[in-house]
Amino acid sequence: MNPAVWIEPALIFLGMGFALIGNIGVFVMPDPYTRLQASATCSTTSVISVILAAMVSSGFSPTTGKLAIILLYFLVSSPVATTIIARYAWESGIVPWRRPKRRPGEGGSP
Amino acid sequence: MIPWDFVLWFFLGSLVLGLVRLVIGPSTADRLVGLNLVAGQVLALLVLLAVKEDVALYLDVALVYDIFGFLGILVVVKYFTKRRAS
Repeated sequence: MNPAVWIEPALIFLGMGFALIGNIGVFVMPDPYTRLQASATCSTTSVISVILAAMVSSGFSPTTGKLAIILLYFLVSSPVATTIIARYAWESGIVPWRRPKRRPGEGGSP
Repeated sequence: MIPWDFVLWFFLGSLVLGLVRLVIGPSTADRLVGLNLVAGQVLALLVLLAVKEDVALYLDVALVYDIFGFLGILVVVKYFTKRRAS
């Protein structure tokens, strides 16, 4: 079976899954740092998968070069933006979230 | 084949959660996280649209959108830290 037939839908569905997981993580998590973790990993992986799928789809053409430039710029800019946001959150005095302590009488697993 | 309409609508629908975080985020850092996520998803959406319609012009739009999303985050962070320090 020709691998170019199924590798593009596989990459696109991988990107869709990672996009959905990242958005749910950003919506659910309790704290800017945890939201950053969900957002950074899942957004980067989703965009890499989608751009690789587009490169496979367009074959060897100038479009692939443009997509490579976009991928390179995104791989540089997204972690830098994540670091900037994390440093801004730390310097503006946001305390990292902790699991709330249980009161001594209440039992349950720690 | 790939159901292009379903893929595009799926990306738009999952982007709404990031937009909700962008609107209701309690602090500025939360809004910036939402903005970063939405910028990445819109970049993926533009790339998918360029492949679907076979219009290479959308790729230029995607590159410029990516650059300006990064610069927007940079400008917002710079502005608010300067306000806080003074």
